[in-house]
Amino acid sequence: MADLSTNFLGIKSPNPFWLASAPPTDKKYNVLRAFEAGWGGVVWKTLGSQVKNVSSRYSAVDYNGTKMMGLNNIELISDRPLAINLREIAECIREFPDRAMVVSLMADNTRDKWHELIAQVEDTGAHGLELNFGCPHGMTERGMGAAVGQDPEIAKMVVEWVMEKATIPVITKLTPNVHSVVPTGRASIEGGTNALSLINTIQSVTGVDLDTFVPNPYVAGKSAYGGYCGPAVKPVALKMLTTIAQDPVTSRVPISGIGGISTWKDAAEFMLLGATSVQVCTAVMKHGFRIIEDLCDGLNNWMDEKGFNTIYDFIGKSVPTITHWEDLDINYHIVANINQDKCIHCGLCYIACEDTSHQAINLTYGKPYNTYSIIENECVGCNLCKLVCPVDNCITMVEQRKGDEYLNWIEFQQRGLPLNDH
Amino acid sequence: MSIKNNRLTAEQYEQNFSDIHPPFENREAALVEANRCLFCYDAPCTKSCPTSINIPKFIKQISTDNIKGSAYTILDANIMGGGCSKVCPVEKLCEGSCVYNLLDEPPIPIAKLQRYSTEKAIAAQWPLFQRKPSTGKKVAIVGAGPAGLSCAHVLSREGVEVTIYEKESKGGGLMTYGIAAYKVTPQFCDDEVKFITSLGGIHIKYEQELGRNVTLAELQANYDAVYLGIGVGVARSLDIPGEELAGVEDALRFIYDIREKGYPSVPVGDKVAVIGLGMTAIDAATQAKRLGAKEVTIVYRRTQAEMPSTEVELNLAKLDGCSIIWLASPKEVRGENGRVTQLICNVMELGVPDTSGRRTPVETGETIALDVDMVIKAAGQIPYEDLVQDNQLTHWYGKLVINENCETNIPGVFAGGDCVNGGKEVVDAVQAGKDGARAILGFLRK
Repeated sequence: MADLSTNFLGIKSPNPFWLASAPPTDKKYNVLRAFEAGWGGVVWKTLGSQVKNVSSRYSAVDYNGTKMMGLNNIELISDRPLAINLREIAECIREFPDRAMVVSLMADNTRDKWHELIAQVEDTGAHGLELNFGCPHGMTERGMGAAVGQDPEIAKMVVEWVMEKATIPVITKLTPNVHSVVPTGRASIEGGTNALSLINTIQSVTGVDLDTFVPNPYVAGKSAYGGYCGPAVKPVALKMLTTIAQDPVTSRVPISGIGGISTWKDAAEFMLLGATSVQVCTAVMKHGFRIIEDLCDGLNNWMDEKGFNTIYDFIGKSVPTITHWEDLDINYHIVANINQDKCIHCGLCYIACEDTSHQAINLTYGKPYNTYSIIENECVGCNLCKLVCPVDNCITMVEQRKGDEYLNWIEFQQRGLPLNDH
Repeated sequence: MSIKNNRLTAEQYEQNFSDIHPPFENREAALVEANRCLFCYDAPCTKSCPTSINIPKFIKQISTDNIKGSAYTILDANIMGGGCSKVCPVEKLCEGSCVYNLLDEPPIPIAKLQRYSTEKAIAAQWPLFQRKPSTGKKVAIVGAGPAGLSCAHVLSREGVEVTIYEKESKGGGLMTYGIAAYKVTPQFCDDEVKFITSLGGIHIKYEQELGRNVTLAELQANYDAVYLGIGVGVARSLDIPGEELAGVEDALRFIYDIREKGYPSVPVGDKVAVIGLGMTAIDAATQAKRLGAKEVTIVYRRTQAEMPSTEVELNLAKLDGCSIIWLASPKEVRGENGRVTQLICNVMELGVPDTSGRRTPVETGETIALDVDMVIKAAGQIPYEDLVQDNQLTHWYGKLVINENCETNIPGVFAGGDCVNGGKEVVDAVQAGKDGARAILGFLRK
């Protein structure tokens, strides 16, 4: 059994799975249920000035019968009285002292307001603070949330205010609603933050009701941009995480990874790309806290299989493998191969290649079953056929190097090597 | 032992003849299956459909809530796509070739999805098709069965005025008269015919029989072309002693009565023998059981490997409690007081293959005797040989001979469906009607 315990700047949790700052962490009732289920920690839903929420608050994107491939929300920070939140945070810490309790903050934009809020939260015994510089809706209009995270100067200033007061570790949460997360990440580190977390939700419109013509989510005939999350955003989150993990400045601090994590596999991927802890929300909003069991179990089994004793054996392991396109080896060439014994003759590989790629699949008519085969000379090794094939390992990509040595695009040009002729 | 009607309560009849393939309960259930469809290219299911319905397309349309588009996709290729979704032996057609079979996974329930779309279209009588401007041409069709209706619909869409002469009082042919009531209800058949004719330009004259109420010569004289979709006729006779005894029934007549007269009024024996093992034999056997017969025995002269019925259909009969005697060929019907009491069968064994490739059963010399009070003949139907002979139509043992343009030996007289092929599925007849219509359109343009 591998050791899943996590130490994030001294914030200890029995496993790297934290609940992200969101509706599931808004109340003692929910948080205790999460801890009972086995969650390693929570980031308590953002505290700040008093707000009021609307209904409805969520809308989703379904995909081919699967519900909630993506979720968006227009819920603001906690709309419960601060005093109640603070009391409940303290009670949760008392009941589960071994779990990580990080509290998300979004104070009004003055040094005093931040200092006052930090003092109140530290009195609860919380283990860390997370600065919400990412919320893309509602709060930005008040100069908070993503409005801070989108401007590195302001972000740095606010982090500096926080660091003047805070005595516990501070994590700065980054918004993805920027061309790059690195500038704000760097500015936050210059301001003194102890760690970074990303991504917050992505501004979105999930769809338009084709009967009422009003976009989702619907609030009395109107809608508003919501923050998008769930499995759909994972690839975006992984990319942004990698840019933080590769940057010489931002990579100096631990990262808590967020964005569409639903399974242990997702979590392992985030950790391989540099996350020390991972935060989950949409998956529990869809299935409840019980998913923690397979998150831990699956990760544990995978670690055992790979020979990793602790999570620190693999955190960041994949970061160096993402390189610049110019450094990729042009001599590496693969071609598709169709295992005829496994082929079910659906023709999906053929039509994808024929209509949208390189006409590298041959169709031999049969009734009712056509036979499909690869025209190796035409195959560019793009992978599309393998991606659309519904049968595991029916289409495999076979290496057929163009040359023995490593050759990148720069050298290729310098040597004046031949380009495609058709 | 006796033959009598009204054996069951109303509730029992209702239960026994309720829809054997219930539709999807709701949209979500249909979507679960629609979303399983892989959307194959040059799909094996489509290639296995005699009418070439673009199945992946109509299923995709269900998954995008485009039910009207889905119904159009189906009905454009097969105007009886609603009925076919209930009566087609899909296990040997579309669903039988679904690629999921190759993964040992259940195939997509294509028929059920097809029913999902078409039932909505037919129930609401969606006006999915429009006629082109009138060409001024007139075509007579004989027979309002699947071939005739399909031919009529294609012709009318192209602006041809169609008159159908139908000997029965309802349209639909064997769909209406020759299929088990638990597969397709008389009400649905009515609605389907109504849906087809709602296009306009199709006038059905009922109770008009070729050779009795109208002659081929009259049709040739009054119309620009004639299409014969007259189907096949009476049950093949057994040519054995005792066939005239009371209690020997024609399967199609039996099925017809169940549909026309209502379940309680159709008499059935205590112990019933059904001769033959095609779809009609199954429909007769299962319905005899469902009407309250105590024992139903199917007698077939070959083995399961040669039977025309599909295994799914056979299992239906078995689940209904029918028993099957393989390699038994009727030799004699015995009776007392003019009523059936016994069926004597020769015990057969398989010999050399015949022209169809099936091994021919030959007598072993042994016989068996079944105590029965009713014998239902379902050993195939025979074509209207006298009718076609009287009209100087070229035929092969009663089956009309047509050329590659669906034309008979008489110019301007076309034919298709069971009267040509001797009796196949509804879906085959629909395609024959489409082929006939295309040929007629070509002929009319000349």
